[in-house]
Amino acid sequence: MHLFTGNLGHLFVIVSFVSSLFAFFSYTKSIGSVDDIKSGKWKNNGRFFFILHGIATAGVVSVLFYIIGNNYFEYHYAWSHSSKYLPVYYKIAAFWEGQEGSFLLWALWHVIIGLVLIRYSKTWEGPVMTIFCLVQAFLISMVLGIMIFDYKIGSSPFLLLRDVMEDPIFAINPEFLPADGTGLNPLLQNYWMVIHPPTLFLGFALTIVPFAYAVGSLWMKQYEGWVRATIPWAIITTGILGIGILMGAYWAYETLNFGGYWNWDPVENAVYVPWLLAVASLHSMVIFHKKGTSLRLIYILVISTFVLILYSTFLTRSGILGNTSVHSFTDLGLSGQLLVYLFVFTLVAVILLIIRWKQIPAPARELSSYSGEFWIILGILTLCLAGFQVIIPTSIPVYSAILKFFGMESGIAPPADQIQFYSRFQIWFAAALLILSGTAQSFWWKRINSKNLFSEISIPVTIALVAAIVMMVIFRISSVPYILLLTAGLYAAVSNGIILIKAAGKKFSFSGGTLAHIGLAFMIIGILTSSGYSFVISQNTTGMMYSKSFPDEINKENLLLFLNEPRQMGKYQLTYEGKKVKAKGVKGYIARNSVASTSDPRRVIAKVDILEGKEVKVRKGDTLEINPENTYYSVYYESDDGLNFRLYPRLQENPNMGNVVSPSIRKTVLQDIYTHVTVVANEERVWSEPYLEEVEVGSSFHIKDHVAEFTGMERMEEVEGTELGENDVAVKARVRILGHQTDFYVEPVYLIKGNNAGQIPAENLDFGVKIGIDKITPASNSFTFSISTSDKDYIILKAVVKPLINILWLGTLILVAGVAVALARRLMEFRK
Amino acid sequence: MKKMHIIGIIIVSVALTIILSTAGDASSYVTFAEAMKMAREGNKKKIHVVGTLKKDDQGNFTGIEASPDRLAVSFIMVDNNSEERKVFYNEPMPPDLLKSEQVVIIGSFRDETFVADKILLKCPSKYQEEKLN
Repeated sequence: MHLFTGNLGHLFVIVSFVSSLFAFFSYTKSIGSVDDIKSGKWKNNGRFFFILHGIATAGVVSVLFYIIGNNYFEYHYAWSHSSKYLPVYYKIAAFWEGQEGSFLLWALWHVIIGLVLIRYSKTWEGPVMTIFCLVQAFLISMVLGIMIFDYKIGSSPFLLLRDVMEDPIFAINPEFLPADGTGLNPLLQNYWMVIHPPTLFLGFALTIVPFAYAVGSLWMKQYEGWVRATIPWAIITTGILGIGILMGAYWAYETLNFGGYWNWDPVENAVYVPWLLAVASLHSMVIFHKKGTSLRLIYILVISTFVLILYSTFLTRSGILGNTSVHSFTDLGLSGQLLVYLFVFTLVAVILLIIRWKQIPAPARELSSYSGEFWIILGILTLCLAGFQVIIPTSIPVYSAILKFFGMESGIAPPADQIQFYSRFQIWFAAALLILSGTAQSFWWKRINSKNLFSEISIPVTIALVAAIVMMVIFRISSVPYILLLTAGLYAAVSNGIILIKAAGKKFSFSGGTLAHIGLAFMIIGILTSSGYSFVISQNTTGMMYSKSFPDEINKENLLLFLNEPRQMGKYQLTYEGKKVKAKGVKGYIARNSVASTSDPRRVIAKVDILEGKEVKVRKGDTLEINPENTYYSVYYESDDGLNFRLYPRLQENPNMGNVVSPSIRKTVLQDIYTHVTVVANEERVWSEPYLEEVEVGSSFHIKDHVAEFTGMERMEEVEGTELGENDVAVKARVRILGHQTDFYVEPVYLIKGNNAGQIPAENLDFGVKIGIDKITPASNSFTFSISTSDKDYIILKAVVKPLINILWLGTLILVAGVAVALARRLMEFRK
Repeated sequence: MKKMHIIGIIIVSVALTIILSTAGDASSYVTFAEAMKMAREGNKKKIHVVGTLKKDDQGNFTGIEASPDRLAVSFIMVDNNSEERKVFYNEPMPPDLLKSEQVVIIGSFRDETFVADKILLKCPSKYQEEKLN
């Protein structure tokens, strides 16, 4: 038992919490003092306590890493999120799998950002750090793990297993140590789990900077200077948060089996909406920076972004989403605390904004529709409406909870088909945003008035319309919203492209915005083609009806493939070729049949030489290391045009967490073929009643309509699991079953030991047969086999084509490049 | 400020549309009896029904039937009012179905059978099932 480690960690938590409060107090004093010397002293105190807080927070993180890294399974956090065999990078991921760890990750980012602010924020340090320290105090309180008047404050990651689990073993042996942890959820064992959460939490953490500046400026009644300092932060915030969301989307697409990259799951929505608002607030800042207007709008948007981050934290961590989401955190009973966190900052910010509202400069000026900012404001409003449309239905579980609190059962449930429900609205918002982005950019960079309006706008509109018509004809697009979205996307890409070449092209550093908008246009076109036109190719349109009561045909979207029995699917012929495993140090996949299990599930022995190309990589009899949870199902695709390939969809079986399937994707320039197994044959088969068949050595018989040959018999020198005496006899029969592509072998054994005779049946699960030797009749040179059968090995798979999905990923890269250019420009401006 | 007024009116009306459509498209948790009543009245809205799989006297699941091609499954669910109904699900049987404590089916009745588009399974949480050694 390593009790000291946990105590040290807990001490760090307390120091971190208390020092954040002290830092908060000191910074409040520093901004409250009129006396410069006093104020400076309090500021230095604040810095000291914040640095102490930073060291303590880093200490908490280090201790928790240490516990996970050294497999201290006496700690509940290590036991429930990690296990011995996890490689180092998954141990890092295990750190933030749980709520406590992810709060700590978030707090650690805040510490780093806070230190940057202390260094660079100059006169804004006092007010900004005041807000910062208060947020930190709330975040750290989530992992405090202390009781105050029977009320639990926070959930400590340093709890001992014996204090969390009520298991009788601890009564017998309080020092009991479990042999292994329960491991990281197999869904999350992926490199994205290593990089996605830190990126997303950095994005979350960054939203506090504009918020702290905004609230600080309201407090100090200095309404204008903060915006310039905040723009670079706002760009990083939207960029990082956006990248975090896209990483999640790509992860969901590539590994998790949610069917696509975006499913409008409540947890996804909970980060999408704040991101929309962050984008809106960035745009409002850009207007203010150039024209000095819309300051009040900036305050509203910046505050809303942060409040929505807090709200999404509440949604995902309080357990309120319950059954409605596939990937929220498990409930730790922190709902009350999370609500206080949400309400405190919402109230402080909103009340302050209302009090100061009249003082915030707002030049009364009618916006001309020939000005860029008019169109940007329309874009901002559209972003807000798009967010509103998502957050209203996502909050349905919250409405139910509120009604329940007042003793009413609402029975209200989220829309049955979420993807269709949200897409139906969002498609219009996306089209509007694309049109506005193209138009706003034109007005922003060029002097446009009623005279040259037509000539400036007509070029991109014409090019976009022509391109859209060409694409409509080629891809046979008939849906009105799709046509609109496609045209809008092309218009945005073309008009931004023209600006990029003409105006911003002269000065590359100014092209960030146009690049980002081109990226956005590509992304939305890619989403339209890959989602709007994705189609299931494993569709089964046999015209079969399930029952007489439904007159309509039921289209089945899955395909049943028996081992080595090719089936046609669209233009492809598919063959399931059997189970494969991956071994450490061996490239490619190894047939499960060519390795034998040992008593250690992680070690297997090669039954044959395993080749890599022409070179023998593994010799027969060598031991290999595998992950026994993973099985890959080899599927061979053959098409008429000679493009043949293999896909290896995966099934991960974890005793604690159930089965997890991952797709295998054939990526080409024009489309992805996305294949995953839905069901695989159970290893525990249902066997038929055995029947007897007498067969002469060397002759043939039938099993399940296949020809089987009794090719021979041999006397065995040794039989596994039994000692053979001098007079004992063991005979093995060799049976070969002819398959379509490969043959199957079954070798049952007959054993005479002393006065007893017995059979050792053999089975072949691939073919689904179990054969025992019931009797040997030497007179007729024949054996009587007892045969029972089951299904052949099979898989049920689903295959979906996602056309032109690469446009989406390409757009993502362009967008990121645009954000980077914009950031570089603003940082240079800030330095001046 | 005329232009801004028009924009304001547009925004308010879009927001109202959103709220109304959310209210209209939101599904609801109902019992089999209510779902059946809705289907009889021609209301084709997809609804949620919560229940458990039917068990026989020995506590084994009963009434689960995979279609001959294994690509669909039907089972008998008992709702919270103890009403039993046959449920048809046009997807291969989810491997966790037999472990589920609670089932939420989303779909609607067609004749006497509930056709589920989506099934949410609530499996015993990992902490309850786990033993330490």
